[in-house]
Amino acid sequence: MDFGFIFSSALGELFSPTTAAYALAALGLAVHFGYSGLLNFGQAGFMAVGAYGFAISTLSFDAPFFLALIISVLCSVIFAFILGIPTLRLRADYLAIVTIAAAEIVRYVVTTNQLTSVTGSANGLAAFENTFYAMNPFPEGSYMGMNNRDFFIRVVGWGLVIVCCVLVWLLMRSPWGRVLKGIREDENAVRSLGKNVYAYKMQALIIGGVLGALAGMIFTLPRGAVQPSNYGTELTFFLWTCLLLGGMATVLGPVIGAMIFWVVLSLTQSLLYGLIESGAVTWLTTVQAGQLRYILVGVALMLLMIFRPQGVFGNKKELAFA
Amino acid sequence: MSETNEQNIDYMTDSRPIAVGENTPGCKKRDPIVVAEDVTRSFGGINAVDVEYLEIPRHKITALIGPNGAGKTTLFNLLTGFDTPNTGKWQFEGNSLAGVSSYKVARMGMVRTFQLTKVMGKLTVMENMRLGAADQPGERLSKALFKGMWGGREKEITAQANILLEKFKLDAKKDDYAASLSGGQRKLLEMARSLMVRPKLVMLDEPMAGVNPALTQSLLDHIKNLKAEGMTVLFVEHDMNMVRHIADWVVVMAEGKVVAEGPPGEVMKNPAVIDAYLGAHHDVDLGDAEGIKVLEAELEADEESVVGTEDAGILSDIVETKKEDGK
Repeated sequence: MDFGFIFSSALGELFSPTTAAYALAALGLAVHFGYSGLLNFGQAGFMAVGAYGFAISTLSFDAPFFLALIISVLCSVIFAFILGIPTLRLRADYLAIVTIAAAEIVRYVVTTNQLTSVTGSANGLAAFENTFYAMNPFPEGSYMGMNNRDFFIRVVGWGLVIVCCVLVWLLMRSPWGRVLKGIREDENAVRSLGKNVYAYKMQALIIGGVLGALAGMIFTLPRGAVQPSNYGTELTFFLWTCLLLGGMATVLGPVIGAMIFWVVLSLTQSLLYGLIESGAVTWLTTVQAGQLRYILVGVALMLLMIFRPQGVFGNKKELAFA
Repeated sequence: MSETNEQNIDYMTDSRPIAVGENTPGCKKRDPIVVAEDVTRSFGGINAVDVEYLEIPRHKITALIGPNGAGKTTLFNLLTGFDTPNTGKWQFEGNSLAGVSSYKVARMGMVRTFQLTKVMGKLTVMENMRLGAADQPGERLSKALFKGMWGGREKEITAQANILLEKFKLDAKKDDYAASLSGGQRKLLEMARSLMVRPKLVMLDEPMAGVNPALTQSLLDHIKNLKAEGMTVLFVEHDMNMVRHIADWVVVMAEGKVVAEGPPGEVMKNPAVIDAYLGAHHDVDLGDAEGIKVLEAELEADEESVVGTEDAGILSDIVETKKEDGK
């Protein structure tokens, strides 16, 4: 087994654009659930809206990069309104049901054959990333072992993560964030103090949704393709895993959670493959090993919930009175 | 109403009559802050609230009493917009509240607390208090990012919160999570937080439930003092001692209707109220020896009672021992 390779590929995951996308989307979930108590089980839907919004406006309307970006963000805002208007007046669990359904609706709509010319149906869309890479300021060459394109997307992705983290941190330390936390604890009490709970919940839903849409773009740009199968419910649950790993009502938690998630996935995969290829493990095929690592992630999550329910960064005191 | 000298009145000692005319259920007040007319609310077939006419006097402490299920809390919910009546009109300071959502009612200056105490458990006591304050620029998303725009107001409300916390004996707890407070302390926090809004009318739903006797006394003083600051208080309470001590006016509800109204001394002698709610010997304080004597004398005079007759048996012993203890 080549441990050097195993660790370098695990370290590579640490700063991959996919990890950045997961971190952003999980940060959106932290705004939704960790700070506002909104149970959003459709974050994959927001990511899909962001990715498709960008891809379609680039391919079908030849929009320049920043216009496509704005369109994609606007689409996610509209999506948040559509979800929020009927459900935010109701109890939290209704939003959970509606969001999980809405995310599936988005996925089925882009998969329908009638829309193939626009959405590419099950094959998805490709070749929309050129407007992005055209802005690459890095000349060709090797940057820490990466080519200039890979380096550019990492810089943009993680730069975006840092900017969003700072913004969320600034928001959450403000009185605005205090109202959100109050709503998470008891929305009727907040209402009795003269705060428009509905408007606050809507603002939180939109902010978290926009973070999801940005994540969708970061997720899809390095792939150069957007496919409906990438935005299934399992994506949402991976994001929840990242959030719970890191700590729900924290800013850095979702980011570190996403890093841990991908490093662990990469490590278990490489280790299992290494063991199988070296003949130490004979009762597994490499295909089964690929499945097994998700089972291991599930087990790890269970252990985490039992022994460190507040996540890596969470405050134990907050859970003492759950 | 004598508008001219209204400004100079000391609300603590103002002894002008509260009602205009007779103290009957639904009577007109000299200066009402809340007026409710034909307010009804039914759950299924049951009329939880059926108030024909009710006025709450301004700058007074009004107690709302009545047996369990009389509709007191439901009336609170209806008045504050947490529930919508089936029929009726109700207004606060002359503004109709029909269809006004609860947070707007609170902004108008009518702030309530809840019977089942609602504190934000995972916020500190201080954050709970700050949350209550009105007019915070930092609560707008457009200004939240810039501390310069809300830092000043934050300092003001922190100072205001410190004063209130000290009054309510919670200052030592201000950096603890509200969830770590006891039930009684949560009641206090909720009341203090509602005062952060600087309301005109405070509506307290059972403020004394679960608060220890020593603290009750100082709380009673706080509530009385709210009047001095120009606030109006409406509270639901089962502790008759408290009602007698601080209420200027008592409204009695039973089965959703207002059955009696008046100053506490008068209402507590009302036979309908005694039958429906208080019980025959409500005005005897069993906590001291005097009370035991009074009760004994009362029971001896009562033809239906066995005390003081040959059949008293073990009861007479109990009364005797209590008397000894009292001395």
